[in-house]
Amino acid sequence: MRGTRVATLVLVGCVLALALLPLFAEKYYIQLFTKMMIMAIFAMSLDLLVGYTGLVSLGHAAFFGLAGYILAFAAPQYEAANLWLSLPLAMAGSGLLALIIGALVLRTSGIYFIMVTLAFAQMVFFVFHDTKIAGGADGIYVYAKPVADIAGWQPFTLDNHTHFYFVVLVLLVLVYALLRVLLASLFGRVIVGIRVNEHRMRSLGYRTFGYKLACFVLSGVLAGMAGYFAAAQFGFVSPDLLGWHQSGGVLMMVILGGMGTLNGAVLGAFSMMLLELGFQGLPAVGGVDIGKHWQLLMGGFIVLVVLLLPHGLLGLGRLASRLLRKPVEAGDD
Amino acid sequence: MTEAVLRTERLCKHFGGLVAVSEVSLEFFIDRIHAVIGPNGAGKTTLTSLLSGDLASTSGHIYLDGEDIAGLRAERISQRGVGRSYQKTNIFLPFTAFENCRLAAQSRLPSSMRFIRSALGYREVNEEAMRALSEVGLAHRAQELAASLSHGEQRQLEIAMTLATRPRILLLDEPLAGMGSEDSARMVELLQKLKRAHAMLLVEHDMDAVFALADRLTVMVNGCVLESGAPEEIRASTAVQEAYLGTEETHT
Repeated sequence: MRGTRVATLVLVGCVLALALLPLFAEKYYIQLFTKMMIMAIFAMSLDLLVGYTGLVSLGHAAFFGLAGYILAFAAPQYEAANLWLSLPLAMAGSGLLALIIGALVLRTSGIYFIMVTLAFAQMVFFVFHDTKIAGGADGIYVYAKPVADIAGWQPFTLDNHTHFYFVVLVLLVLVYALLRVLLASLFGRVIVGIRVNEHRMRSLGYRTFGYKLACFVLSGVLAGMAGYFAAAQFGFVSPDLLGWHQSGGVLMMVILGGMGTLNGAVLGAFSMMLLELGFQGLPAVGGVDIGKHWQLLMGGFIVLVVLLLPHGLLGLGRLASRLLRKPVEAGDD
Repeated sequence: MTEAVLRTERLCKHFGGLVAVSEVSLEFFIDRIHAVIGPNGAGKTTLTSLLSGDLASTSGHIYLDGEDIAGLRAERISQRGVGRSYQKTNIFLPFTAFENCRLAAQSRLPSSMRFIRSALGYREVNEEAMRALSEVGLAHRAQELAASLSHGEQRQLEIAMTLATRPRILLLDEPLAGMGSEDSARMVELLQKLKRAHAMLLVEHDMDAVFALADRLTVMVNGCVLESGAPEEIRASTAVQEAYLGTEETHT
């Protein structure tokens, strides 16, 4: 009981800190944290599949990237798209793609599932890479940020980086809360049951395919939300947005933070991006530019985390709380 | 006698060239325990898997309430009131005993595509789960993780999960496997109680339990039915003595 209360306090503290950040941070950091929060939404959407349902997808960027492209298509050149139309459209588009891909790939499992998700995502990648529909390999600009226009009234403007930050923060909290509720629902119990023992779920009478597909689609829709804002913030979409690097990156965030927990996914997204910056900023030592080879350091760090912390970085918190609690229990005896 | 709720007709299962189950015709009635015995590799578990839909039969028929269900998937057969427990304990180890049964009971709701209301808010599901746990004598262990239960308790949980789906037909694959004598006695008592409202297939190696429980006994050898009849007839059968019982009794 005490553990969960501490966790809740930490969580509320983090949200408060994020809410206060724009008061004193420079524009660069506000934009950086916006990007981290977008990636946190993306990581949570993938964790729903990988950590909760036990479906390791290596093609999740397809849904992320497609939503970015839908925003690019929805914006007439040099004009802004309407947020209230283009965001649902982008999420629905990603959801539809997830429905089509999911209906096919969910017939496989294990290593085959990983392979076919990767294969389908690469097909989507090459559709945008090798055809001229959106600038091909060069990508396409989203010149203007979407406007939140409701009959001439704009509650906020995404051109303002602080507004953009708060919109993404609100969405991050909303998605987190939504998934919390979802995971405690009948549906949530079923998907976790599928991860633990799908065979037994079926023999108990569950048609697991339908639940897995619903989960896959929901996960795609949320990845689409993240991809939409990533494209809107960056102002540019290219095939890289839906390539396998992107899929692998977000999977690493989930593993780094701790699979099967929403907190872990968020923590993974934040820490991976901060580490990337930290390693890149390292000074040259004896003529060797360490910062330039940051990926080596990052790889080593991830190996260490996987070896030493089976529950990801979130496992550090558990370890700390156990160490802190020990003496108290000993005193009680 | 009333009509059989479950009946197989010349049921066969081939794995490539291997004939695991051959031309098996059996009947199951409410309030009757039909025990299937036989040496290892006789096809008892394969037969159970054919009935539960875990495996698809090669040929033959399975009639449930007169309707042929051969070829239906496990989840459909479960929804029609056939509950199976597994020889190798098949439970959700990271969940509590209660959650194992709650999930089983939840499967009887029309749909679990419910995304908002907390799963713990469905009172009838919770009650059903507790009822199943009480029935097998595990109510006091409800909040323990399944992984931390003893082997005997896990076997009981396995049965409780099956009961929580409210089946009419129970397919029990070695429910006593690896149990101590005390747990076994309690399980035999439980099965006797369950018999009244269920038709039951009992695959079991414990001959004392089998002869204490069975109303009808089928002996399988190499996928075929060697003999089928009342327990006294089977005990008297010389063919069975030679093939199975004789050697088994020297073990125990």
